[in-house]
Amino acid sequence: MAEMVKKATRESYGEALAELSEKYPQVVVLDADLAAATKTGVFKKACPDRFIDCGISECNMVGVAAGLATCGKIPFATSFAMFSAGRAFEQVRNSVGYPKLNVKIVGSHAGISVGEDGATHQCNEDIALMRTIPGMVVLNPADHYEMKAAVKAAIEHHGPVYLRLGRLAVESFNNADDYRFELGKGVTLRDGRNITIVATGLMVSRALKAVKTLEEQGIDARLINIHTIKPLDRELIIKAAKETGKIITVEEHNVIGGLGDAVCGAVCEAFPVPVIKVGVNDVYGHSGPAVDLLDEFGLNAGHIVEVTKKAITKQSL
Amino acid sequence: MNKTEKNQLQKLACKVRMGAIEGVYNAKSGHPGGSLSAADLFTYLYFREMKIDPKNPKEENRDRFVLSKGHCAPGLYATLALKGYFPMEEMKKLRHIGAMLQGHPDMKGTPGVDMSTGSLGQGVSAACGMAAAGKMDHKDYRVYSILGDGEIEEGQVWEAAMFAAHHKLDNLCLIVDNNGLQIDGSVAEVGGPEPIDEKFRSFGFDVQVINGHDFDEIEAAFHHARTVKGRPSAIIAKTVKGKDVSFMENQVGWHGTAPNAEQYETAMQDLNRVLSGLEAE
Ligand SMILES: Cc1ncc(C[n+]2csc(CCOP(=O)(O)OP(=O)(O)O)c2C)c(N)n1
Repeated sequence: MAEMVKKATRESYGEALAELSEKYPQVVVLDADLAAATKTGVFKKACPDRFIDCGISECNMVGVAAGLATCGKIPFATSFAMFSAGRAFEQVRNSVGYPKLNVKIVGSHAGISVGEDGATHQCNEDIALMRTIPGMVVLNPADHYEMKAAVKAAIEHHGPVYLRLGRLAVESFNNADDYRFELGKGVTLRDGRNITIVATGLMVSRALKAVKTLEEQGIDARLINIHTIKPLDRELIIKAAKETGKIITVEEHNVIGGLGDAVCGAVCEAFPVPVIKVGVNDVYGHSGPAVDLLDEFGLNAGHIVEVTKKAITKQSL
Repeated sequence: MNKTEKNQLQKLACKVRMGAIEGVYNAKSGHPGGSLSAADLFTYLYFREMKIDPKNPKEENRDRFVLSKGHCAPGLYATLALKGYFPMEEMKKLRHIGAMLQGHPDMKGTPGVDMSTGSLGQGVSAACGMAAAGKMDHKDYRVYSILGDGEIEEGQVWEAAMFAAHHKLDNLCLIVDNNGLQIDGSVAEVGGPEPIDEKFRSFGFDVQVINGHDFDEIEAAFHHARTVKGRPSAIIAKTVKGKDVSFMENQVGWHGTAPNAEQYETAMQDLNRVLSGLEAE
């Protein structure tokens, strides 16, 4: 049994890069003056020759990464999600996505849990942006072990990948020894029959708490962890729709364009059931401590429990 | 300016620094280093240079200010408070839930903030827009914007610079807070934007290089900028990041870190010493 670590996924990311550096000599890490915050500094220390600080120039960084990729490198272009996925969106689409280059775009400090920096830094749109780029794989790992596995999977997958990291420390729930990460495959954390909760990233551990509370109250909820938002594990989601009926999606992202919409898209086509989306309700965030903000925006176990109970008792939604 | 006037400004700048430290300390996060380096520039702009009225923050003929390096909001907020836009007490709630003072400037919620900023490199484009509107409407207001020397690594800054010169925005004055440091190290190590003056000159700006902590030089530069016709102005102000707080001066580590209780005490002692020195003059 591995120890239960409490760590921000950005830290796990930095660690993973450093640990894997020897095995994958083509990996090059780029940052835009945020190496201390995004934890690419850990890689820089291990492999200074394969680290490039581009300065505060995210669009340029993505273009440079594209060029590196054409020469056989596997670049990880890293900044806050707001800047790597947001500011450099067009460069990601046209210089990375369209030529299908082997570039990993990394968005750290994603979501409302950036906290005190406030709305300009709280990216609740990155999943939507990256998901619409054809061929882009979108990863949103939930804990320390999953992040480490995801970094390895991103290296081994040939093609564009978006990797989302969080600033806030999260308790791990996976186990280092037996955790197997499979790109594009959801993980059923609890097998329930009454309803299905589909969660991603930071919200998975919170959904896990909610499922435990629901269990105590006699509600048998299934919990699926979606670490790969694209390509989505449609098979698993549609099976859940068939077996449990209603679905609740939970994400630290705008309810428009994220996991919720991806799940809606899948069930809508194959087996329509009600899907209730828990996320940021198409508003901007503001400054405050991360945990308080998550509470304020309903991104906690208590709110997931409430929404689930309401969904179950309502006959038709 | 005479000695008394200068002393007055120096005291105000010291209070701006105290307010910024107060805010960052209470928020337990935020950006002290660049707030302190720009404090003298904020002070001169708000107390000497700009045509503004804190009682009427949206007056349409007012001069405009854009803090393009939005992370230095604590310095701007302390200046706005001293100028009378809102009570200094607000600094204690900086970055708290529901606070008027957000982590980065928010034009929707804070009187005196002309543009929301925080994503580096974007503010100067908005400043260009304000200056262009002033030209269209034949208004004589001026537009000022403070940029970071790290910030100017953003390509958008140079798109805006080209625009400003092309459209002959002589009502626009950019001030680069040239403190030589960014987050990952010195600007020379990380992004290498120097020589900054030559770059702006080649983009068609009138350029002055000054000591950003010397009010005589600051005054002379802004006076000169107002006389420039047919092109925008850039003032490259050489400054010290973390200025006047002993342990923060020229330290990369104090870019975005809040002081703990002990460090807060030391910082306030340092600044109080500066203030009482000025009061004794
Ligand atoms: C587009 C963008 N990229 C990155 C950041 C993160 N960031 C905040 S401050 C900063 C360094 C700024 O350095 P500089 O402009 O020199 O400011 P100063 O030293 O005066 O504080 C960075 C990279 C940001 N706010 N916006």
